[in-house]
Formats: sequence, structure tokens, C-alpha cells
Amino acid sequence: MKPRLRSCLASCALAVAAAHTPTHADEKPLKIGVVTEFSGTYASAGQSIESAMRAYMKLNGDTVAGRKVELILRDTGGISPENARRYAQELVTRDKVDALVGFNFTPNALAAAPIATAAKTPMIALAATAIVTEKSPYIVRTAFTLGQTSAPMATWAAKNGIKRVFSLVSDYGPGHDAAQAFKDAFTAAGGQMAGEIRMPVSGMEFAPFLQRARDARADAIFVFVPGSEAAIAFMKAYNERGFKQAGIRLIGTGDLVDDDSLPAIGDVALDTVTAHHYSAAHDSDLNRAFVKAVQAQGRKRPNFIGVGAYDAMAVIYAAAKKTGGDTDGDKLIAAMKGLKLDSPRGPISIDPATRDIVQDIYIRKVQKVGGELYNVEFDKIEAVKAR
Amino acid sequence: MLTDFVGVIIDGTSYGAMLFVIALGLSITLGLMGFVNLAHTAVAMFGGYFLVTLVNQLAWPFFVSVAVVVVVIALASLVLERVVYAPFYRATALDQSLLTFGLMLMAGGIVHYFWGSSQQAVRVPEYLEGRWYLGDLSISKYRLMLLGTGMALLALLNWGLDSTRLGAMIRASVDNQRIAASMGIPVKRVFMIAFAIGSGLAALGGALGAEVLGLDPAFATRTLVLCLLVVVLGGAGSVNGTFFAAMLLGICDIGSKYYVPEFGAFMIYVLMAVVLLYRPQGLYSLVARRRAA
Repeated sequence: MKPRLRSCLASCALAVAAAHTPTHADEKPLKIGVVTEFSGTYASAGQSIESAMRAYMKLNGDTVAGRKVELILRDTGGISPENARRYAQELVTRDKVDALVGFNFTPNALAAAPIATAAKTPMIALAATAIVTEKSPYIVRTAFTLGQTSAPMATWAAKNGIKRVFSLVSDYGPGHDAAQAFKDAFTAAGGQMAGEIRMPVSGMEFAPFLQRARDARADAIFVFVPGSEAAIAFMKAYNERGFKQAGIRLIGTGDLVDDDSLPAIGDVALDTVTAHHYSAAHDSDLNRAFVKAVQAQGRKRPNFIGVGAYDAMAVIYAAAKKTGGDTDGDKLIAAMKGLKLDSPRGPISIDPATRDIVQDIYIRKVQKVGGELYNVEFDKIEAVKAR
Repeated sequence: MLTDFVGVIIDGTSYGAMLFVIALGLSITLGLMGFVNLAHTAVAMFGGYFLVTLVNQLAWPFFVSVAVVVVVIALASLVLERVVYAPFYRATALDQSLLTFGLMLMAGGIVHYFWGSSQQAVRVPEYLEGRWYLGDLSISKYRLMLLGTGMALLALLNWGLDSTRLGAMIRASVDNQRIAASMGIPVKRVFMIAFAIGSGLAALGGALGAEVLGLDPAFATRTLVLCLLVVVLGGAGSVNGTFFAAMLLGICDIGSKYYVPEFGAFMIYVLMAVVLLYRPQGLYSLVARRRAA
């Protein structure tokens, strides 16, 4: 089975390479394969990704370097490595896409990585586990990593009178990354960990873990849960446990009070301090245009997943401009390395060595703006590298 | 140390009470009627979604909505019982499992279509929000309400099955359908009523439990395992057994998550394995049977 698969991949690679060699094919559309979830529990992530990519095309035109840009969407239905791999393969062999975008779950990204390598197709992954970009020289990341957001949270906490922290993270890759990065940075800054718990990633009953954290009488709890469903359930249980009355603060990564779930969480979220790379309330003209373009499609507001997808488009456009419309995989990747871009989240760049994103991380607090809850940025750490 | 322990017991019993309310209907249909109804938690899920719609969108009072949801679902289940379930009463357990498992998956799809994929938040009335403090100890008002509801149901069902005419008819129909029928008991109608009661209880469990368990299209699949655990541990058909099992599971689950978080949700499965090894008929069924004899 293995050798057969490899030869199959090799022939795919040849086919794609052959398709790429002539440079006079400028009239051919530039095809982007989007592999993410449009159905199932995580469908809202897929919708965020699609609406952000369409917003980019609306704001920057649907042609680049003389070539029409075309999106081809594939639905993985959630965390499904088999689907992600199969769709990636179909997209590079049959549809002959010039780039792949999506893969916001680590297992999906890891499964598709060998396809990107074999086909020499740039793959812009949005998953947040540190190791993702190491899995193929053709992977570029425009999202964020948990280390990138957790470490600045720790540094800020240590500087702002928080001395003992109890950490609660979901028990899987990104959670482990978040806990480790937070602990390293916090203890290095003189803080002390009051305890650490990894919570089952599929469980929705957070009460006993929260009670344990509360009984440890720390100054704050540091929390990572994977957004939406888990975040809403967690915040509900948190509200129930009376942390505010006990004077224990809540800090975390922005996944906890993501723009998408914030309205459903409600006023409980007020005063939660988190570190993240994007908030729909980011104060810039570019962001206001982005928010408007997303809302024009009937979506509520863009979130941190959306901005990653928006910048995936920005990176592809910028690289295609640099190569003059030539979408040979190696040339595109070379053009992407070291790119500096202006994003709705602020300035970003692609680290030439790791192909990972370098960006400002903001410290934000949940506040009411015009009757709605937003993460209002009040401090930032500039040019933080992914780790 | 002691307050920690008491805290765990309080959280555990209130969690157990919720499991009891959700699993009770399953215990009735599975144990008394001998029907493998895996769609039970799907009925509970509809209970949750109807409650959310009534309370959040139509702004009905919380408990009025709960009552309406329970009655409506109990009545709707009568149709379901006649049309879908009744033809399968004599089918094998495997056929029943497949049928009801399919129904459960369909329910997930229906809910996804009408309410969307995201988590629904139940708007809880203010007097049920927050906690009561007693020195270092505290208990959430909502969970206390769940505990009260569980206790009340336990008493009500024990009384209903032991001391009412309907209870006697249900027990007789379950023990021997043909003789019961020959004595003039309308077996068909008795089963319909029992099924409606089971579905109503499921709806009640889903409506009240949605706040604690989270409500999304995966609700039915996620809670089915917990329900089956409770029923298997307690011994199907025994109201008291279901209560004990739910309490035991609640306390063990909360306790293990509190004291040994590394094990997380694993402990309840260990508990199930141990009980099934030494008492495959469930914890309480032996006692129940002896009393019945």
C-alpha cells in the first residue's frame, strides 16, 4: 500500500509540476483550494474563513497579476484528517489548485502536509499548534500559535500584580502549548504556579476543575479552551462558581472570549483580560473596512479565525504579484518568505526561516462598546514570533 | 480538607440529580417496557431546544415553559409511539437499537437545521442564578433546584408505581402482557401512557439539564453514554436503582475530577466496569426483584 501511495503522490507531483511549467498561461485562473468545515459542530469556523476570504477579494479585487482568482471550497465536516487529506489530494491533482488554504484543526493540517510537499503546492495553514509549519517546507501560517499568545499573557500578568496563577487548559496539542508557554514565561518573570490541570477536551462539565482552581486561592486563573462551544460552557460554569466575589481574576488566550462567541457568553465575560492577535474592535481603517465587508455578507462580525484566512489571501496575492503571476510552488513559497503586510490586526510578517507568522499581540479587556461586548485592546507586545 | 470534601459531595449529588432526571425516562422505557430506546436523549434534546425557544425568544416564564415543554413532548410522543415504536415492540433488541439510533441521528440533523450548529444558552431566571454561601461552602441555586426536582421525582414515581392503579397496571402489563390483557387491563393504552411519561421525563431532564450540560446538536449523542451508564449501573426499570446509580456516578465523577484531575472523565468508566463484573444485573435490580416477588 505504502509504495503504491508514494508513486501515486509522485505522479500527482509530476502532473502538477507539468501544469506549472509554461508561463504564458496568464489567462488561466489562479485557483485556491479551501479545505475547512462548513457543516457540523464547527461550521461557524468555516463560515468565518469563507466570509473573510470573500471580504479580501471584495476589497482588493478578484484578479491578481492579470489572473482571475477562484476559490474552490471543500467541507471536512470537522476534525477529520482523512477528509482533509483526501480533499487536499483531489484539489492538487484534479482541480490543479495553485495554493491550499484552511486546515484550522491541527490533525487536519498534519494529515494534508505530505500532499503539499509531494505536489510542491503552498499550503496556508490556520491551525495553532507550534509544530504545524515544521511538517512541510510548503506550509506557511497566517494564523497564530498558542505559545505566541500565552507567553505575552504571562508577562503582562506578572507585571500587573498577579503573583500566583492556576492554569486550566484543554488536554490536547494547543492546550499543552498554551500551558507550557504560560508557565515558562510566568515563572521566568517571578510568578508562581498555584497548580495546573488539563481538562478533557470533549467534556462540557467544568465545575469540579473550576472548584479545584478556586480552592487553590490563586490571584488569577489562566484558561485555554478551544473557542465557541467549549468557551461558552466554560464561561457559564465560571460564572456559577463565584470567582469574582472571591477576587480571583480570569486571564487567558483570546479563544476564550472570541468575537464569535462573545454575544452568547454575555455579561459574564466583562473584565476578562486576554492576550490575542485580533479583535473585531481593533482600531484601524483597514479593520473597519474588513469588518464592514464581512458584515455585508450577513455574517455578524469577523473573528480571529477569519483574520487568519483574510491574511492567507493577502499572502497569496502579494506573492503572486512578486512572481508576476507565476504560480510555481517553489517560486510562490520563496516570494512568501519575509513578506511584510498590513493586516486588519496590525503589521504582520512571514518569518523567512520558519514560514511562521510574526505579529503584534494585544492585551485586551472585555468591555461594552455601543451596547455590545467587545475585546478592547489596551496594551501590546510588538512583533512576537510564533513558537 | 473537610470543606473540600463536603463541597464535592454537594456538587456530586446535584450533578447526580440531573443525571437521574435525564436517565429516569430511559430506565422506564428500557426496564419496564423492555424497549431499547436510544433516541431517549434526542427527546431530551428537543426538550432543551423547545425551552430555549420559549424562554429566550418568546420570553415566557421559565417554569411555565418547562411545564409546557414536558406536556407537549409527552403528547407528541404518543404519536411517535403509535407510528414508529409500537410496530417494533416485539422486534429484537438489535432492531430496536438500530431504529432508535437512527432516530437520534436524524434528531441531531433536524436540530442543526432549525437552530444552527452553535451552542444555545438557556436564559435562567434571576432567582436561580448565583450561589448560596454557608461559610466556605457554597452551592449554586440552579443545582439545588435540580436536586430538589430529583428528590421530588423519586418520591412521586415510587408512590405512583407502588400505590396507584396506573402503577399497578403498568407493573402487571410488564410482568405478563397476555394475562394482564385477559384481566381486562388495556395493555396497549398502558404502554402508551408509560411511554408518554418516559418521554415527558426525558423532556424535563433535557430542559433542566441543558443549562449544565450545554445544548448543541451533539447533545443527544454526548449524553446518551451518561444515561446508559446510569441505567446499566442502577438496573433497568428500578426507579430507586436509577437514583442510587445517578448519585454514585455524580459523586464519583465530580470527586475524581476534583481530587485526581489527571484521570478526568475516566473514573466513571472504571466504576461501570467494576459494577458490571460483580453485579451484571445492576446495583439495585436484585433488591427490586426480591421486593416484587
